[in-house]
Amino acid sequence: MSLLWLRFALACYFIGLVYAFVALSRTSDLFSRIALHAASLGMVFHFVSLVEVLLSGRFVWASVHNGESLLAFISMTFFMVIYAIYQTTSPGVVVFPVVFFLTFVAALDQQPVLLTQFVSHQGWLIAHIALIFTGYAALLVSFGASLLYLLQERRLKAKKPTSLISFLPALEVIDQIGYRSLLLGFPFMTLGLITGSVVAITAPTIGRVDFLDPKILLSVLMWAVYMVMVFTRWNSGWRGRRAAFLATFAFVAALAAWAANYFSTMHRFAS
Amino acid sequence: MRFQLIGVNHKSAPLEVRERLAIPESRLPDTCRDLTAYPGIEEAMVISTCNRVEVVTHTVNGHADLRGFLHDHFHLKPEELDPHLYEFREKDAVRHVFRVASSLDSMVVGEAQILGQVKEAYATARAVGAVRGQLDQLFSRAFAVAKRVRTETAVGSSSVSIASVAVELAKKIFGSLQGKNVFIVGAGKMSELAARHLMAHGCASIFVANRTYERAIGLAQKFNGQAIKFEDLYATCDRADIVITSTGAPHAIFRREHGEQFLARRKNRPMFFIDIAVPRDVSPEMAKLDGIFTYDIDDLQQAVSSHVADRRKEAELAEAIIAGEVERFEARLSTLDVVPTIVSLQDHLETIRQAEIDRVRGRLGQMTPEQEIAVEALTRGIINKVMHTPITTLKSAAKESEATTVVDVVRRLFNLQVKEKDGAAQPAAKKDEVGTRQ
Repeated sequence: MSLLWLRFALACYFIGLVYAFVALSRTSDLFSRIALHAASLGMVFHFVSLVEVLLSGRFVWASVHNGESLLAFISMTFFMVIYAIYQTTSPGVVVFPVVFFLTFVAALDQQPVLLTQFVSHQGWLIAHIALIFTGYAALLVSFGASLLYLLQERRLKAKKPTSLISFLPALEVIDQIGYRSLLLGFPFMTLGLITGSVVAITAPTIGRVDFLDPKILLSVLMWAVYMVMVFTRWNSGWRGRRAAFLATFAFVAALAAWAANYFSTMHRFAS
Repeated sequence: MRFQLIGVNHKSAPLEVRERLAIPESRLPDTCRDLTAYPGIEEAMVISTCNRVEVVTHTVNGHADLRGFLHDHFHLKPEELDPHLYEFREKDAVRHVFRVASSLDSMVVGEAQILGQVKEAYATARAVGAVRGQLDQLFSRAFAVAKRVRTETAVGSSSVSIASVAVELAKKIFGSLQGKNVFIVGAGKMSELAARHLMAHGCASIFVANRTYERAIGLAQKFNGQAIKFEDLYATCDRADIVITSTGAPHAIFRREHGEQFLARRKNRPMFFIDIAVPRDVSPEMAKLDGIFTYDIDDLQQAVSSHVADRRKEAELAEAIIAGEVERFEARLSTLDVVPTIVSLQDHLETIRQAEIDRVRGRLGQMTPEQEIAVEALTRGIINKVMHTPITTLKSAAKESEATTVVDVVRRLFNLQVKEKDGAAQPAAKKDEVGTRQ
């Protein structure tokens, strides 16, 4: 009964979600600690649920809802790593709502299964999912950081000492979180796409790869935007507004690529 | 006591107005001279710092047109300037000067710098002869009061200075200050203080640029930093994460195009400008750039205002000291006002006594030394007895508001001329003439 544990996790993440909304208007040290502990507990339940899926004997990783659950878990792991390094819960403002949404959808009902039985290289498929999800999570954190950067920049420019400044870490710290996630995510995303291509090419049922398939087009677009982001950042240090626009664009592209699962002929789930 | 004070400070006027009123150090002596030449003004002094511009005067009749002077001097329309001006007379002016010198009127209450700035202003005005008698007394007392406030209250201790606020802000931008570089533009006391704070919080190195290269070298040596020629400022400034600027330049020295250059060369890493110059050194246009964070003196004030509350209690204590000192000063000064009259009254009667003795000496013939002493004692005794009541009356009247009337009556009764401190006899008529001219 993997859903039970997942629903426990969801309850915990709900506290994180509330925190995300409250944190924008007021700062409370106590509340951020509560949210942190709730999120940790949620991760434990979440982990149990994922292990259960794994032990269920059926290879169902490549299903929509398990995928969403895994993505949420990886995002939370990112959040925790950032907390360990920078001692800040502020990325939660972006991460928590997304994680809650993913977990919520995943916890709704049993999952439809991807056409895994037609895939010959299951190892490649596992690698593809793990890599691409890590890339997604990194992109999410980077997107969140760029939004927080904008917010903190506005506050500093407005020169009004408000509570939010104490809630947000220093501008350069936010910048570092965003940039490091970006750098970390890029190889994962790239390798994820490569392994995905390998899976597609070698899949016996597909045979011929359709390059005009929306999934492929959108994935390539997302990857291109991602690369542009890394490049502009590395080359001219784009920050603030411009970086936030790019990050938003990349995030939307990623969402589109994800949504393409529902209408791609190659990369879709069995109903 | 005919003190009159007019001015603007950080509370009464925004930076835009203070910028237009700021008087560069080099022009202070001329301004003091202009003031003393203005109708109705006897003595004058100008305090011009980044937070205040104040004209302190001792006037002929307590009603000099100081607003008029400011309008003329700065070519400003009354409607532009007047809403921001405050004006104090007599006792209130004394209190204000004491408060300023004691740093109770400062942006950061208790900061020590203002006393030095007032002392400099005093020295400048004194050097050109604009401060002689009354203002001299006022400021000598003000410095003593400032010292008393400093030693008897804790207003100056744990000073939350602009400098520490600057450090706090820098941390909000950069997180840790480890390894950050600081650029000081214009070697002033305040920037030095700020730089010292930043270094104490881990900043790596310091660059100093100043119009006078020698001063840049001097300051750079203090921090083991590097002196930069002023003309190389724009080429090197991007090396710094934090720029403290406080030049006396009349226009902004950092403009939008400079900001764009810096950011391009720094790959858009943010820069923090602490602009403590008035007029401002960083143009508002440049401050709008993404990645450029500028805090001018008013913004810093906002940031420190929360700290001010902590010191309110000590400030109240200081205010009490000042209130007492104002009373004492007023009493002393009024007594001083009658002293010249008493002295000339004594001189006048002594002259009469001597003349009378000389006149009767012929008739009395040769006197023995004992007789000489007796005559001397007799005449002196009469004079002293006669003088006793008028002098007591004068001295007690000095503490009341009727002082001038009593002094006038005595002078008229005895036809006295009062000698001024600088030695030249000032016939009362000249003052009247100046007074009626306005």
